[in-house]
Amino acid sequence: MAASADAISLFDASILGRAARDSFLKLNPLTLVRNPVIFVTETVASLVTVLCIRDLLAGGAWHFSLAIAAWLWLTVLFATFAEAVAEGRGRARAESLRRARSDTMAKVLLRPDDRSRYQPTPASMLEAGRLVLVEAGDLIPSDGEVVDGVASVNESAVTGESAPVIREAGGDRSAVTGGTQVVSDWLVLRITAAPGNTFLDRMIALVEGASRRKTPNEIALDILLAGLTLIFLIAVVSLVGLASYSGMELGVPVLVALFVTLIPTTIGGLLSAIGIAGMDRLVRCNVVATSGRAVEAAGDVDTLLLDKTGTITFGNRACAAIYPVPGVPERELARAAALSSLGDDTPEGRSILAFVRDRFGFAPDRPADAALVPFTANTRVSGLDWDGRAWRKGAVDSVLAASGAEAPSTFAATVDRIARGGATPLAVSLDNRLLGALELKDIVKPGIRERFEALRRTGIRTVMVTGDNRVTAAAIATESGVDDFIAEAKPQDKLDYIRRVQAEGRLVAMCGDGTNDAPALAQADVGVAMQTGTQAAREAGNMVDLDSDPTKLIEVVEIGKQLLITRGSLTTFSIANDVSKYFAILPAIFAGTYPELGALNIMGLATPQSAILSAVIFNALIIVALVPLALRGVRFRPVGAAALLRRNLLIYGLGGLLAPFAGIKAVDLILNSLGLA
Amino acid sequence: MTLIGWAQIALILSLVFIAAVPLGRYIAAVLAGDVRWLRPAERGFYAVAGVDPDRPMSWKPYAVGLIVLNALHFLLLYAMLRLQWYLPLNPQGITGMSPQLAFNTAMSFVTNTNWQAYAGEQALSYGSQMWGLTVHNFLSAATGIAAAGAVARAFAGSGLQSLGNVWADITRITLYVLLPLSIAAAVVLILCGVPQTLGASVEATTLEGAKQVIARGPVAFQEAIKLIGTNGGGFFNANSAHPFENPNALSDLVETWCEIIVPFALAIAFGYIVGDRRQGFALFWTMTAIMVAFIALAYAAEGAGNPLLTAAGVDPALGNLEGKEVRFGIPLSILFAVTTTVTSCGAVIAMHDSLTPLAGAVPIFMMQLGEIVPGGVGSGLYGMIVFALLAVFVAGLMVGRTPEYLGKKVQAKEVKLAMLAVLILPFCILAGTAWAINTTSGTGSLANAGPHGLSEMLYAWTSATANNGSAFAGLSADTKLLDYGLGAAMLLGRFAFMVPVLAIAGSLAAKPKLPASAGTFPTDGPLFIGLLTGVILILGGLQYLPALTLGPIVEHFAMTGGKVF
Repeated sequence: MAASADAISLFDASILGRAARDSFLKLNPLTLVRNPVIFVTETVASLVTVLCIRDLLAGGAWHFSLAIAAWLWLTVLFATFAEAVAEGRGRARAESLRRARSDTMAKVLLRPDDRSRYQPTPASMLEAGRLVLVEAGDLIPSDGEVVDGVASVNESAVTGESAPVIREAGGDRSAVTGGTQVVSDWLVLRITAAPGNTFLDRMIALVEGASRRKTPNEIALDILLAGLTLIFLIAVVSLVGLASYSGMELGVPVLVALFVTLIPTTIGGLLSAIGIAGMDRLVRCNVVATSGRAVEAAGDVDTLLLDKTGTITFGNRACAAIYPVPGVPERELARAAALSSLGDDTPEGRSILAFVRDRFGFAPDRPADAALVPFTANTRVSGLDWDGRAWRKGAVDSVLAASGAEAPSTFAATVDRIARGGATPLAVSLDNRLLGALELKDIVKPGIRERFEALRRTGIRTVMVTGDNRVTAAAIATESGVDDFIAEAKPQDKLDYIRRVQAEGRLVAMCGDGTNDAPALAQADVGVAMQTGTQAAREAGNMVDLDSDPTKLIEVVEIGKQLLITRGSLTTFSIANDVSKYFAILPAIFAGTYPELGALNIMGLATPQSAILSAVIFNALIIVALVPLALRGVRFRPVGAAALLRRNLLIYGLGGLLAPFAGIKAVDLILNSLGLA
Repeated sequence: MTLIGWAQIALILSLVFIAAVPLGRYIAAVLAGDVRWLRPAERGFYAVAGVDPDRPMSWKPYAVGLIVLNALHFLLLYAMLRLQWYLPLNPQGITGMSPQLAFNTAMSFVTNTNWQAYAGEQALSYGSQMWGLTVHNFLSAATGIAAAGAVARAFAGSGLQSLGNVWADITRITLYVLLPLSIAAAVVLILCGVPQTLGASVEATTLEGAKQVIARGPVAFQEAIKLIGTNGGGFFNANSAHPFENPNALSDLVETWCEIIVPFALAIAFGYIVGDRRQGFALFWTMTAIMVAFIALAYAAEGAGNPLLTAAGVDPALGNLEGKEVRFGIPLSILFAVTTTVTSCGAVIAMHDSLTPLAGAVPIFMMQLGEIVPGGVGSGLYGMIVFALLAVFVAGLMVGRTPEYLGKKVQAKEVKLAMLAVLILPFCILAGTAWAINTTSGTGSLANAGPHGLSEMLYAWTSATANNGSAFAGLSADTKLLDYGLGAAMLLGRFAFMVPVLAIAGSLAAKPKLPASAGTFPTDGPLFIGLLTGVILILGGLQYLPALTLGPIVEHFAMTGGKVF
């Protein structure tokens, strides 16, 4: 899904075609009333249409009101079209999900302990709590919790990741998702989702925008837009009285034109498209949010709780340096370290081999007649017995005990220094001779420091969460540049930390996968659960990362910010547009009585009628022109709020002030060159 | 425009700016209850009224306190105006006011408007002036400042339940701010020659031998609070243009200073109350920028003179001196015309009706912005805060966070209440004007026809709604339609704005105050000042452009084309 999702072009013909049709269906006033500005526009468009027909029948002048009515209807249509396009793109993404929801037959077990007797039941009628058997090749019929068995499951239908994952009873890998496929072995599941309410169902609904509810900020913005509409309604209606005192009668089409160009139709028309597109961008990065509210909250987050392992550092510790004891050549220590690690299949052991290979060009094969001493958690030592000699490598005290070697004082100092730096010291010995120490440390991912710096510039604190002791944690914290860390973290510590910073008024995002992460995920303002995590974690969070990549948290925050920036920029643009409309329309409507006001016609629009029409046309066209921006989003730059504000105010504030002057003039020139006005 | 003219304007404004910072700090201390040099008197008032000054009040009891107090005072003042014939201190034997005029006048003084549909020296006894009007000059000013203080406190901390104690606030503001300032100003005015006497009018024999009655009275004290409290109701009909109210250039300097000092100081006080001085300065400079720009516009228009008079042979270098006192000249008259309308004062030293059309449009537009640059005492600050909230809400999203102002999230509830407050202004001003001007009674009140007549009516409704009280002159305001209509506009413009704003404060106070970070929308720099200015002009002002176009703007273009109305 991930790969196909990226490919949807802004101008995909099939989406645009369907959207064009949908935009007419959306004219239904009962649904349009959700969008006050556009609903009002539709109402006055109907009014002008009725008056136009009346004039037509009465044989009056109808051309002008027809043109106004037509462009008002187009204004409404462009707004509904914007929403339809955004929904269409979501729907295209949902298609691939829907394919996974093919109706399967579930094997419902009659008795929990007897896997041989089951009753086939359609998945769509499967109730929560039933026990179901799935075997190799079966599609998992619905969301569930593994109660028995171990199996590898292909979850590519949901995650796009084709490598199968292991699912087993108990622990953090017990959740399965409907629509995924068991590749080998069998599982017994307890169904956890009611029919039609599975994870997949909810994802499809969200992606399509069908279950979209207005977010808190959208509601507030709607109130502002409705209030502005009311203010301009007062201004335009009272103008009737003022004009009548001044001895002029203003026609309804003219007043409606002034009204519609003043009310914030641009942002009113694009608001829901911006919201849907924000969800869509999240899906494109393979994260599904349970609500638009969560996406909005992501933009507000100012504290990120990041797991050390996998996010800040690579998963495992790796050999970073070797320190021979005096009198031992470095190459000899390197060789001994490599040989003794042949028996260590852990990532640490492999990292020692890689280190020696890269640094010293020495890559030993296991000698045929050698005996490996494999690493065990018990002995904490690995090694190689060959040719009557014994190479050993492992925890310092274990190696010293096993070899009986004497540790010189310089060695003890080295080991101490390594430990204080937060790394793990290992000792290497040959027979009963101590050769030196190895330093194993967490390797911070390249570029992560810069990333944290960028976050800091945008006012976001990063907090590293690790099970390591304080010394180790502090060292990695310094190296990676996080602002704070929680060492020896237990799930309860995370929860406490979140509560504490929330009490300071901060908003926290975290990701987690285990059942014991669930309380913290629920407490966090944005909790991103890993798709590989438990059902409990997925229910507790308000987003699910299908790639199970904890680094994604940073992207999620950026997408949230981008959504808010786009909304704010277009609101500012829309309101700043008003200035030009006064200069276009006011001199035009008063021209008959007060020709002096021609001085206000600073755009030099040709005739009063073309001036009014140009303003209305520009007002409609700007909605369509901004649809790509609404769908793509205004870019977020990690430069700090002040710089971001300066930039966006310049583009959308000042630009919004000036652009329509040029735009209205251009429309006027075209109208007149075509002889339409 | 002349250099000396600009120097006069610059001198007065500099004196305001210099004094605003220490005064703002002092007012913040007063509102915090830290100023106590009249402690015994203060305690005495609490004891007499039986109130506990330390009882915390949420926004509702606070607002109810303000409304009930002002309602009682309205009834009291109404009774006093109707019954003044029977009351003491009436050496001129002035009779009671008509019901409609008493309603209008009482409403006017309770709402800090001080619209005067009467001539003070003929319609009011000394007693009514002193016990009626002067008292309300204090009370309405203290009401405004108290409300502003309550709103400012909402931003001071997290999860606040209380906005302060309304009785303590009103008492302290009156005792520690308004009274000392007024007494000091009154003494200076007396030194300048403003009368302060209870003696009746005197009769004089002019050089031609004619008898002339010269009205006088306890002018100086009422003059001082009329300006410091941005009330504006003159003792005499001619208001501050009268030589007994404002005898010379020095008294004019003092009066102009008094008129705008408290509103500017309140912006500074806001910074101290919320714990970040720069936030106060941001509002301060926004107010200054808009005010100075419009002073310049009006001065330019007025200094250019009237082309029709120029054509008739008048030296254009004189500018337009019609309707002005020669002892003040154009620059001081313009400065006063703007300062009286950017605040809710409404005192005048020149006839706004006689200004050139563009210069006359400036006072109207300043009032229509909602009088927030710097605005009336208190009402200017809380009006400004409403616009700051709207500015943050509109543009705040552009930094990628949901909007917050001073750490308080601006959400649906606040936006709803802010729009409710903001809506009341265009409704009263535009609907009121459009309605009144199409009635026979309304047109009968106009002195001029055409756009100038429209300006007169528009000015009246604007002045009443914005609680300014200045008049364009030329309008006969004591009619049933205008007495009751404008009275209602004053009431709505004052309390239908104040109550939603207090509700916003209550809602914001309870919210957590989020710590500022690099990702926080900056509300203290030049960028925000520019943004706030833009939002005020576009959201606050643009809806009046059609009305202004049909009034002063068309008149301006007609005048340059050689036509008058």
